Amino acid sequence: MRSWKVGTALVGAALAALGAAPASAQTEQFIPHLVYRTGPYAPNGIPFANGVADYYNLLNERDGGINGVKIVFEECETAYATDRGVECYERLKNKGNGAPYFMPLSTGITFALMEKGTADKIPIVTMGYGRSETAAGAFFPYVFPIVGTYWTAADIALKYIGQKEGGIEKLKGKKISLVYHDSPYGREPITLLQARAKDYGYTFDALPVTHPGVEQKATWLQIRRNRPDWVLLWGWGVMNSTAIKEAAAVGYPRDKMIGVWWSGAEPDVEPAGEGAKGYNALMLQHGAGQYAVHRDILKYVYDKGKGAGEKDKVGEVLYNRGLVNAMFSIEALRVAQEKFGKGKPINGEQMQWGLEHLNVTAERIRELGFEGMIGPLKLSCQDHEGAQIGRIHQWDGKKWNIISDFIEADRQYIHKMYEETAKKYAAEKGIQPRDCSKVS
Amino acid sequence: MGPFLEVLIGGLLTGVLYSLVALGFVLIFKASGVFNFAQGAMVLFAALSLVRFLEVMPLWAALLGSAALMVALAVVIERVVLRPLVNQEPIILFMSTLGITFFIDGFGQSLFGSDVYPLDVGIPKDPIFIAENTFEGGLLVDQVDLWAAVVAGLLVLVLALFFQRTRIGRALRAVADDHQAAQSVGIPLNQIWVIVWSVAGLVALVAGIMWGTKLGVQFSIALVALKALPVLILGGLTSVPGAIVGGLLIGAGEKLAEVYFGPIIGGGIENWFAYMLALAILLFRPQGLFGERIIERV
Repeated sequence: MRSWKVGTALVGAALAALGAAPASAQTEQFIPHLVYRTGPYAPNGIPFANGVADYYNLLNERDGGINGVKIVFEECETAYATDRGVECYERLKNKGNGAPYFMPLSTGITFALMEKGTADKIPIVTMGYGRSETAAGAFFPYVFPIVGTYWTAADIALKYIGQKEGGIEKLKGKKISLVYHDSPYGREPITLLQARAKDYGYTFDALPVTHPGVEQKATWLQIRRNRPDWVLLWGWGVMNSTAIKEAAAVGYPRDKMIGVWWSGAEPDVEPAGEGAKGYNALMLQHGAGQYAVHRDILKYVYDKGKGAGEKDKVGEVLYNRGLVNAMFSIEALRVAQEKFGKGKPINGEQMQWGLEHLNVTAERIRELGFEGMIGPLKLSCQDHEGAQIGRIHQWDGKKWNIISDFIEADRQYIHKMYEETAKKYAAEKGIQPRDCSKVS
Repeated sequence: MGPFLEVLIGGLLTGVLYSLVALGFVLIFKASGVFNFAQGAMVLFAALSLVRFLEVMPLWAALLGSAALMVALAVVIERVVLRPLVNQEPIILFMSTLGITFFIDGFGQSLFGSDVYPLDVGIPKDPIFIAENTFEGGLLVDQVDLWAAVVAGLLVLVLALFFQRTRIGRALRAVADDHQAAQSVGIPLNQIWVIVWSVAGLVALVAGIMWGTKLGVQFSIALVALKALPVLILGGLTSVPGAIVGGLLIGAGEKLAEVYFGPIIGGGIENWFAYMLALAILLFRPQGLFGERIIERV
């Protein structure tokens, strides 16, 4: 019965959006919130959107905003469609004192907004997604793939496979298949996996699944025929649960599957029922569960009837990702306030400075109530990613269990790839990279 | 040979699932001349209602509740949308179904939620393996798809009897031929439209159960309607057997293409291959394989 409330919540969210007053006052910070609460990707978009909204509401309810500046946010429905995402961006970029940042939650929308954001001087924060080489901040001053890119994710997955096989050198001669969403998002790890295949000597093949991914029989019959040693899954939305179901149907062992961190949440495994037992996925450091920040959210937001979603979904994987993403963005906004005026709203250009000077220490993480959920993050002009670690969790049929320690991607190797690819991009687009030694 | 047969069987069975959705389109077009773009949305609406009713009542009651809801939806559509459009051009009626699609998609999700809801009506999900002595590892057959084939077969039988042997069935066909002529001989057009939309709603419920069992009930099953379109082009808009044969051809064709031609050109071809196959057929038979040949004297 609990999820009957979803309808009410949707109507409430729409009314809230309609009723959001223009953030023209100097004591209000307008923040656009691109969401997808409808469409084929809604089951994954909703918990993320709720996590972000609840964090903003927590700050307003508990702290009175950010240094006294109240957060006013407006949701814009993208339905995970690039055209609608761009439309949302254009509509909201000048609202209030100007949008300080956008979080598109879509690699496709990110691709479309990268140049626009740079031209308009509005940062595009793409935590755990987007275009990997944008981590090279000298080339992409307004794009921030914080906490991890898809190349980082793929490298962590390979290192985990190496651990399970008894050493990375044991990858030689193995077969690794990638089942991916046939979109900019799904294609993103291929570059790294192909490069690593040459280094480690495994055979790699990539099997695309067309949007939205409801029909994958042909793909999984190929898996059954080829019998790869490991399958990496780069899906989103219904594609994930369908892939797991089809893997079960062709008898492919789920414990030999590793999903990216966008293929490792509750909506990905629950529809697959018993078939999902043993399925692994990367964690963007955090997983499911409640921490100190959740207690405050329940107390200051849900107990006051201001929660964006259902109380018992607070702490799910994608909800937590929304929280973490909002937290890092707001911390950068605080840094910008320290520089450009405490207690004043921040614009995109100031926010970019805040992001490049973001240094969230372990102590600050503890103060914010995120200890145990996420590690420290330090960004710079050179490095817009800041962290390259992840863990693996496994679904036991009822809950996710963490089954590995933190694994760090090969920083040197990946940063070299970022630089090389970014240079090519810059040459194509005629971009002059910044000299980070001269950026204050 | 084993892998080929496996892909072929898998494709044929998937095709039957497409046919289940295509049947709803055919029914409404055959009986009212309206191309109902909302059939996919109706599949989603029916499945969502069933899965949410199951949370508070037993299966039989939930099935009855969902069926009643689909009939109620048909009545509302007839009263609010179709009745004011009697004798309008087919394109006007088609456009109205586009509006119905957006309304049902949004209304269904607002009412029943946008989450993924697992649906279990007791259909076995474990795969079975046949011809294990002939082929190494046997040939894999998905039981959900197999059940869908049985259900689709029964549905076609019932619909064929309904259209050919009942008074209402004949009236439906008369209305499809010419609204005004049917009205002039005393066939109540409004009542007929309610009946045909109700039947299409019930077919949508059956399709929703099968797709919901396979994928979980969620918005994506509304998009399965896009898979039914090439089936309709191929089979013809007015033929129930055409929907079945079209589904089989599209299902088998796209799967074989994906597995055997896909790797040559980068894969991910099955979606557009289905349309290419349908278009190729159109070149030779514009009315589809089983559609009625329309001859107009000018």
